[in-house]
Amino acid sequence: MQWFRHQLNKGYMCYGLPMKKVSDHNANEHGKGFFRIVAGRSAAAAPYINNLFNNPINFFELLDEIAIGIAVLSMDRKIVHLNQTLKALAGFSQKEVFGVACAHVLRSDVCLQNCPVLSLNEQSGPKCIEGNLINMDRQLIPIRITSTPLKGIDGEMVGFMETIEDISLIRKLDETTRHAYKFDNIIGRSPEMEKIFQILPSLAQSDSSVLITGETGTGKDMVAETIHHSSNRAKGPFVKINCGALPETLLESELFGHRKGSFTGAIENKPGRFQQAHNGTLYLTEIGDLPISLQVKLLTFLDDKEIFPLGSVKGSIADVRIIAATHRNLEQRVNDNRFRKDLLFRLNVIRLHLPPLRDRQGDVQLLLDHFLNTLSTQLGKKKLSLSRKALKILFNYHYPGNVRELRNIVEYAVNICGERQIKPKHLPSYLLDAGQFDVAAIAQEPSSRFALKSEGTDVSVPKAQQNWPEIEKRMIMEALIKVSGRKNRAAAALGWGRSTLWRKMKKYGIN
Amino acid sequence: MTSTKILIPLHENDVAPRFDLATEVLLVTGMGKTGAVDKRMVVLPRASADQLCHLAITEGVKTVICSGIEDDYYQYLIWKRIEVIDSVIGSSDTALKRFVEGTLKPGEIL
Repeated sequence: MQWFRHQLNKGYMCYGLPMKKVSDHNANEHGKGFFRIVAGRSAAAAPYINNLFNNPINFFELLDEIAIGIAVLSMDRKIVHLNQTLKALAGFSQKEVFGVACAHVLRSDVCLQNCPVLSLNEQSGPKCIEGNLINMDRQLIPIRITSTPLKGIDGEMVGFMETIEDISLIRKLDETTRHAYKFDNIIGRSPEMEKIFQILPSLAQSDSSVLITGETGTGKDMVAETIHHSSNRAKGPFVKINCGALPETLLESELFGHRKGSFTGAIENKPGRFQQAHNGTLYLTEIGDLPISLQVKLLTFLDDKEIFPLGSVKGSIADVRIIAATHRNLEQRVNDNRFRKDLLFRLNVIRLHLPPLRDRQGDVQLLLDHFLNTLSTQLGKKKLSLSRKALKILFNYHYPGNVRELRNIVEYAVNICGERQIKPKHLPSYLLDAGQFDVAAIAQEPSSRFALKSEGTDVSVPKAQQNWPEIEKRMIMEALIKVSGRKNRAAAALGWGRSTLWRKMKKYGIN
Repeated sequence: MTSTKILIPLHENDVAPRFDLATEVLLVTGMGKTGAVDKRMVVLPRASADQLCHLAITEGVKTVICSGIEDDYYQYLIWKRIEVIDSVIGSSDTALKRFVEGTLKPGEIL
């Protein structure tokens, strides 16, 4: 390509190139013999950043020092500058591509299918999209592009800046960690968790609302964060708000923001969490506790993607992905008229149910090892192990508080234990009471917490979706039936003392 | 220059930045000193590098002029004795003109 240059005053260079060359869809094309004049600074007189240090800093040299690819684009999406990292990544030199349309240089699927720059304006924040590019070596490289508008001192947009990160290493790491019973920070190898690990990547790539359900302590917050970090919005904010933690009036202001003077004490405009989460994810935890009046406002947002701060008649658009979570049964709350059916339908685009720990076979051991390692390091203890008896107690406990409770138990034990091995005496005392029956039972059959062996016959309890009291009650009933109601033999079969059996029968109302 | 058949994946009037993402293709037949004899535009139902390679082979294309192309497809086309002039940035008309003149090289910005 033949360039024409002319030196102007104050270090500016005037560049000219023949028209009817690399055409841009927005550019006017002229007849043969015309020239487009592109004005910019010559390399010798590069733009400077003043007033930061005593001496001005060369802007282009500063960009070259950054280890992320950076492209500075003009308003018509033509290359103004590429830093060294991007030159190395894409394989082009600055001289070659100055003034060439960005899509031809980056050669990314993002530029061709969903150019982020097109949707930017003066009010826009950075926009982050993942995709890939093909470099001059014909390699397909996964990348993350973050585009942001460049504004002049007067606030008017003068161009764009794109940062391009090579994420091939992260992708490779993702693949390896996926096989190591782990997805981001979530650990598990049970079939139930495997299913979740399989759907999480595709779920993260979608922009649909997600409703996460599950008992307390099953990791709803962690899954929400994982979805955000694995999504195209990863560079955007992840804003969490607990719908059950604030009173209704305060929650409305927190969620949607307010205008100055909208109520007593509103001394200035305050952006809500929706605005804070623009281009990111808003995580609404305990959505089941959201007051009905705010459910309507949330519904409006899910429909129109527009929010109206308190005291404002003018709405503003927020590009936010909603992830909601609750431990409550939302269908039941709909029946009780405490949750809007239409909101449930809108949130329930993708539902993810996290299994309780008692249904995650094999995960207790995995989580115990993980927490023991991490907590020993965190608390500055030597590497600890669990004694066989302590292990049996932990295996047989039913964990109503799920993974959070397991973590707390391990933390307690690591703190209390002054020896190299955690023994039953280092475990919380409530665990020993609850585990009396189970320790004896599992001593005979360690592989299953739900099976008892008595006189060669199995007294099995189906691993249904029941809670622990129901399972225990059923075990007592079945043991009593097997031994024709003789309590001492039933107690022996269950591995309990007679008094324990009597106490539990009284508790469950078994006569 | 002898008669040949050229395939250029298009994005508007330019050589498409990506071979695998092009949904329009320009097929030019019978290049000679007088220029193209027949120009045919093919619109593909969806972007696919495999489909483009298949089209190039079934149409008896001798040369592919494109921009970004993955190495697998580049090597495949070379193996099928199709010349590939890649990393060409510019309008398809200019690329064709330069090809006829015999001055088009890989990596050229027109």
